[in-house]
Parts: sequence; structure tokens; C-alpha cells
Amino acid sequence: MSDLVRVENLKKYFATPHGILHAVDDVTFSIERGKTLGVVGESGCGKSTLGRTILKLHEPTSGKIFFEDKEITELNGKQMKPFRQEMQIIFQDPFASLNPRMTVYETIEESLLIQNLVSRKDKKAIDKKVREYMDLVGIAARLINSYPHELDGGRRQRVGIARALALNPKFIVCDEPVSALDVSIRAQVLNLMQDLQAQFGFTYLFITHDLSVVKHISDEIIVMYLGKIVEKAPAKRLFANPVHPYTKALLSAIPVPDPDFKANRIILQGELTSPIDPEPGCRFAKRCQFACDKCRGADIPLKEVEDGHQAACILA
Amino acid sequence: MADTLLEIKNLKINYETDDGIVEAVNDVSLRLEVGKTLGLVGETGAGKTTLARSLMRLIPSPPGKIKSGEVLYGGKDILKLNEHEIRQIRGKDISMIFQDPMTSLNPVLTVGEQIEEVIQSHNPQMKKEELHESAGDMLEMVGIPRDRAGEFPHQFSGGMKQRVIIAIALACNPKLLIADEPTTALDVTIQAQVLDMINELKNKLHTSMLLITHDLGVVAQNCDRVAIIYAGEIVEEGDLHQVFKKTAHPYTIGLLGSIPSLSEEVERLNPVNGMMPDPTNLPKGCKFSPRCQYATERCKTEQPEIRDIGNGHLVRCFMKEKGNE
Repeated sequence: MSDLVRVENLKKYFATPHGILHAVDDVTFSIERGKTLGVVGESGCGKSTLGRTILKLHEPTSGKIFFEDKEITELNGKQMKPFRQEMQIIFQDPFASLNPRMTVYETIEESLLIQNLVSRKDKKAIDKKVREYMDLVGIAARLINSYPHELDGGRRQRVGIARALALNPKFIVCDEPVSALDVSIRAQVLNLMQDLQAQFGFTYLFITHDLSVVKHISDEIIVMYLGKIVEKAPAKRLFANPVHPYTKALLSAIPVPDPDFKANRIILQGELTSPIDPEPGCRFAKRCQFACDKCRGADIPLKEVEDGHQAACILA
Repeated sequence: MADTLLEIKNLKINYETDDGIVEAVNDVSLRLEVGKTLGLVGETGAGKTTLARSLMRLIPSPPGKIKSGEVLYGGKDILKLNEHEIRQIRGKDISMIFQDPMTSLNPVLTVGEQIEEVIQSHNPQMKKEELHESAGDMLEMVGIPRDRAGEFPHQFSGGMKQRVIIAIALACNPKLLIADEPTTALDVTIQAQVLDMINELKNKLHTSMLLITHDLGVVAQNCDRVAIIYAGEIVEEGDLHQVFKKTAHPYTIGLLGSIPSLSEEVERLNPVNGMMPDPTNLPKGCKFSPRCQYATERCKTEQPEIRDIGNGHLVRCFMKEKGNE
């Protein structure tokens, strides 16, 4: 058992005209090789920033990022290049993340050429590789010269996946890869991603706001709220025994597709507070029905509640 | 059975474009009962929004064209009303909540003015102070302090904007509320807040609702009846128990199989294979047959009728014919 990716006390702050925005605030975790870590949270909780910072698409403000036990935090663009091949990302919006002027062929070819995986001159080998990856993700060969606008959302997302796979990576950040897709197409893409993981042993960081998706695909889940991890647990245990009041509210808010299911809903008051210059203390205290004076003043650290299950709450 | 508020009969809507005729809604019949919520579920391009807009006569024409059918409301066919008559109904008897709260408010008017606008157009005799007062009341009803009436949409968050839109929709106490994916753009905790509020207000004001969504979970928790639409046709309709527990149509089974379960451990999802058919070139026979694992030769040539398989559970599938079960 070795960790492929490890993050220690990672922070990413953005300077805004109104103050410092704490997008990711002191986050620590690791992902085992071949496993999926799910990251859930609502819009603005910093989950996408987290994914991008790990890939160094954002420069971290402080903290450390390790990939295969090598620290990559301080590496510059040139030094990062060999790592780029091994760390890939699938973006949320299949309508915006593909170059509209490149065909399916060109999009996948670019991945292959940029890391010199095939010789630029060997057109035959490129063609063979491109077709191989299209086949792998289930895009019909007749679409090889199609432009993104000719494809529907599900197929575009498959192109996005093929582009990431073409580099033969070890680690893939999946930033809401199925959120823009219809239910039946979403299930097809989820199945595809699981099949690929089983076949190639990929490690995923799977970012989503959809709790049923995250439960389905993850081995371990972290729940984020305003840049902080509030709870971390193996997927099954998180759903069976949520500890943090925010996790509880989040889980109870999921509409269950069963008319006999009577939800014991916890309706949260208010909305996400501002991530700009947050006051010290529990970020969730303003919406929490159990909040007391102890929750304010100092940040609440993650605490082990059972084996492998941590929560940042004084009640835990 | 409760009284009928609105009845759609054999409605057929096409969009006539340069690239061909898009058959958006095909022979849809639905009945909305007083005080009840009907869920309309389908994927992108199934014709949900076109159907909803037709009830308020908001289909852009051209290219939209209502080929046949009736929408009966209070004994009148909405589709035959003139522009003046429909404007009396729109916003007053029937109102609509649109999907995207970010784009459906006017950015240069305050939210108060936008609520007043709809009240004023149906109550032209009202004085300015009265309008102001009732707009404030509406805001409070949806949980926004009335002193925020002077603020602009950009000063509100997504959930708050959707509340403002709900306030506008309910301002004239409509009999029918059409909610077109009212919570799709919202986070799950905010979605729970907004749906709870819609339900509470609906019960208080005895409003009927047509809730359009692609989320079967939202339907199961909020509707009385549900209709599943595929390629412009209703393929299954019934009360919640019939559709969720005695699911009959292969498409509905596929939809339910696509959702990862929270209570059970499912290793693999069982989605419907393939994609939605091109609406300019719908398959012959059953529109779902190319994706259906049970399809026979007959399904590919002959169009199944929708039929009652017991207690108002309607299904459009040959498998459910008598003697075929």
C-alpha cells in the first residue's frame, strides 16, 4: 500500500479587492494507488481549486504536494513537464473544455505529440493510437474528423477522457466530469470510468457535488465546507454514520428516488457564508443548529472518531 | 378523482427549421388536477420545456408550430385564445418558474420593481403604495426581508434569485404553477430549502403544479403523479407508487437503473444504452425501440398506443398488452 498523491497543509488563497479569499485552507490528505478519493461540497467550497492546485494549475500559497513521494510544490513549469504526463484532469464542462477548432483526431493527437509519446512523423502510429483511444472510451470511428460542436455532451466528455488517457497517466483529477450530462448518459460515463480504472489501475480524485455519484465511485470521501475538510471517511461509513452536522444536513437533503422513503430532512438555514477573510473557528457555525461559543474563536481540527473516520466538530 | 384544472389533449408541436422538421411534442395527453402536483420527467431534448411553454403559449413561432391538439383550461382552449385573452391568463392563472435563476431576472430593475410589475399588470387599479406593500409581502413570503426590495438581482445569490422568481410567479395567486427545473442550478441544501418552500406555499395557496425535472429523486419527494416523456411522447404515467414500484416501461426502468443508490451497494449501474434519437429523424414504430433490449420486429414498425394497465397506470409498450405479460 503506497500513497500516490499526498497533500500536506495545502493552502490556496486569492487576493481580491475585498480581502483574502481562502479557497483551500489547510487541507491534508493522501490517496492510495489505484483508489478513488471523492471530494464533495457545494459551489464555492473550494473543491475545484483543490483539484487544480494539486496539479499545480494554481500555485499553492503554502503547504506541500507529493507525487510518488517526490515533492512537486516548488517545481517550475519546465520541471513539471514530466509529471504532467502522469497527472491529468478531466474538466466539468464538455462544451467549454474542448478546442472548437480541433477535430476529435487533432485533440487526441495533441496529447500524444506534446509528450513525444509517438514520433511526429509516424502518421500511421499516431492514427493507430488515436483510434485505439477512441475505441477505448466508446467513440465511433466515423466521428474521427468531427468537431466538438457536432458532438453531444456525452460524446464530448468521452473525448475529454480520451485526451487525458492518451498520456497514459497514473493520476486523474476528475472535476465534476458527469455533472453536465443527462442521467442515462451520466451512468454510461461513470461505468466507463470504473472500467478504465479496473483495467489500468488509475488513481482518481473525483470532485462532485452529487452525493449519490460520489458514494458510487469513491473508496474514501472528504467533505469540504468553505475551504476546510469537515469530515473524511471511507465511503460506506460516511453514509452509514455521518458525524459532522454539515455532512448530516447534506446527506438528508438528497432527494431519494423512492416514494416510500420519508426523509428526515434537516433544512439548513441561510447559505454559504463568504470565504473572504473568514473569522477563525468553525466555518459552518453560522448555519449550525448546535453551534456554541466553543465553535468560535479557534479553528476546529479534524479528530478521529473511529478508525479511518475523521470529523472537524467539537461534538464529535 | 379530484377536479380537473387543465387538460392537454393530443398535443403535437413541431419546430420547422431549415434542417428539417423537429417533432418536439407528439400526441401528448395529460390531465392536471386541482391542488395536485404532476411531475414531468425526461432527458434533454425530450420535449419537456416545449410542452410546458405551450401551456402559456410561449412557443416562439416561427419556427414553432402547434400542429394539433387542445389545451383546455376552464372550458376554453388556450391554444385558440387571442393575444389579449392569453395575457389575462399568463402570470395570473398560470405562471411559470424558469430553470436558470441567473438569467431570468431583469438585471437593470430592482427585484421589488419586478414583482410589482406582474401585480400591476393584472391589477391596474392598484396604487403605488399598495403595489409596494404587496411586493414586500411576497418577498417575506419567500423568506427574503422586505427591505431588500430595492436591491438588484446581482446582489442576490442563486438560491435567493430563485426565491425572487418564485415570488414573481406566485404574486397573483395563480391556479397553476409550471416549474421548469426550478432547482437544477442550485446546490443540494439550497434545493431542499427551495422545494420545501414551494411545497409549503403550494399547499397554503391551493395551487396545482406541473414540476418538470430530470431528477427522479425530486419527483419521488414532491409529486402526486408522474409522467415520463421520451422523444416527445409520454411513455409511462401513473401515481408515484405505480411508476417507481411497478415500473413497466423499459425506458423508465433504465432511468431508475442509472441512478446510483444511496441505500444499496451497486457495483455497476444499468443505464439505457445509446443516445436520444435525432428529433428531426425519429425512428419508426416505438421511438425507444433502437435502445430497448426487449425490442422485437413489431416494435420497429408499429407504433404502440398508450394503454391503461390498471388503476390509471398508463404505459406505451407492446409488452404490456393483454396476453403478453
